[in-house]
Amino acid sequence: MNWGIQLLNSVSFAMLLFLIASGLTLIFGLMRIANLAHGSFFLLGAYVGLAVLEKYENFALAALAACIIVPLVGIILHSVFINRLEGKELPQVLLTFGFMFILADLCLYLWGGTPQTLPKPEIFSSSVDVAGMFFPTYRFFVVGCGLIIAVALWLLLEKTKIGAMVRAGVDDQEMARAVGVNVPMLFTTVFLVVVVIGGIGSVKGAFVGSLVVALLDNFGKTLFPELSLFTIFLPMALVLAFRPKGLFGK
Amino acid sequence: MNRIKGPFFTIIVVAILAAIAIPILPSYYVSLMAQVLIFAIFAMSLDLIVGVVGLPSLGHAAYFGTGAYVAGLISLRVSPNFWLNVVAAAIVSLIIAAIFGLLVMRTVGPTFLMITMALAQLLWGIVYKWREIANGEDGLPGVPRPNLGFAWDLVQIQSFTFFVVLCFLVCGLLLVIYVKSPFGSTLLGIRESESRMRALGYNVWLYKYIAYLSSAMVASFSGVLFVYYNNFINPNYLSMNFSAKAMLMVILGGAGTLVGPIFGSLVVVMLENVVSNFTQRWMTMIGLTYVIVVLFFPKGVLGTIRQRLEIRRAGAATAAAAAKAVAAAEKESSEVGREAAGS
Repeated sequence: MNWGIQLLNSVSFAMLLFLIASGLTLIFGLMRIANLAHGSFFLLGAYVGLAVLEKYENFALAALAACIIVPLVGIILHSVFINRLEGKELPQVLLTFGFMFILADLCLYLWGGTPQTLPKPEIFSSSVDVAGMFFPTYRFFVVGCGLIIAVALWLLLEKTKIGAMVRAGVDDQEMARAVGVNVPMLFTTVFLVVVVIGGIGSVKGAFVGSLVVALLDNFGKTLFPELSLFTIFLPMALVLAFRPKGLFGK
Repeated sequence: MNRIKGPFFTIIVVAILAAIAIPILPSYYVSLMAQVLIFAIFAMSLDLIVGVVGLPSLGHAAYFGTGAYVAGLISLRVSPNFWLNVVAAAIVSLIIAAIFGLLVMRTVGPTFLMITMALAQLLWGIVYKWREIANGEDGLPGVPRPNLGFAWDLVQIQSFTFFVVLCFLVCGLLLVIYVKSPFGSTLLGIRESESRMRALGYNVWLYKYIAYLSSAMVASFSGVLFVYYNNFINPNYLSMNFSAKAMLMVILGGAGTLVGPIFGSLVVVMLENVVSNFTQRWMTMIGLTYVIVVLFFPKGVLGTIRQRLEIRRAGAATAAAAAKAVAAAEKESSEVGREAAGS
């Protein structure tokens, strides 16, 4: 086994996970919505990107289209359906579970069941030689995106007024309302951010969590292939049992 | 006594109707009926912790799947003796539930949802990937119908379904007695107010733990029946997908009603098997079922309709009472007026 390659793979996978997890931590941490359809947004984004890319062959346009259409779907789902179930976790879980089926079926209907590959943008289609190991540049692009978004989110949440309002909403919703933060309005806005990228509960937590999961997954798969799924769910269960607010929760 | 009657009779009536239907219906529908009853046992076991104790588990498939896998493996490799399989499945599930229970009991609310899911996915992950245990994602094909140890041949779907009806009757009645017993009343008390029950001196944790284990046992038994029914088991029956489906049955039928999930099981099985004959978009159908049930029937289809009717009846009663009151008031005031005029 080549440890270097595994490590680099882990880091780029971690960034991908972080992009998803930061959204989930924001929505779960701030809005207390257990959104099981979060993965479906990921799926939908990929398919929208693919559709645009096939038609116009422009990666930036594809990314932009996904970043507009997917949040729109999110806003509709939130304001029409999820809104009605504020504070009821189990119904929310089942509702978003239903959406998961519907969105998956929609993608199946529109794009068929055969796996498709999204062509990488040309500038990132080569490989680079890192200390004797070949590593696709696209992976570096993903790592770069993840880092930029992580830093941007951190700045947004820690250094801006909006960030302070969001953090206040997470810490004590009632108090935030009492001092005049328009929490429902804020939530709708946050939902927008979430589905594009996302991030609180704890962005740091999502970041570290993504790294841990990616490392466990990659090394788990290589070292103990039989237990590769086990190595992900066991830490999740243990953290929930012993540190239910997460490694970085307050 | 009155409290026991309703669900008790419902289960007996369902069992009798099912038994009568076996020789009448075509074998395809007999087979569907067996499936409905097996899933009904599973959904009732889930209702025991969701509706009665108030612990929303999204990982109950862990016990259904364990029961099915243990019975399947023993049937294929050791002996298809029913009693051996049931006892082995019960022991393995009990051990798993005892360990998982210690972890999940530490949490409440959404964390409980997530941890039950994570633990079930953990089992799913092992069975899915570790081919040496149980053939991985391909599952176990060719599991034979069981041998009861006396002359009752279960190979034919009709006789097997009759056996399932009997199992349904026994499990259903036991669950009703369990919930209506003093132990069950304590569980209901815990659901209503945990702190109050604790203040009254009950060991709340122990009650919940025992309820969790009992529920796992019944779920495991339904899994055993299912593997005989289906002659096949794969990791899907351990997955979150299946746990959520059971939860849908419970909510659809009305959580906490115990017999409601029978109806939920009927609807879900019919949707999957009958609707898929008419449309390719059955995933959308299942998805829509979740959405509709959660938004419009939060107390279950029957429960919500009953509640609407009660509100309407109460509304009508209030209107009548109000009209009567108004009439009385008018009469009174006119009398007062007359008196005033007289004096």
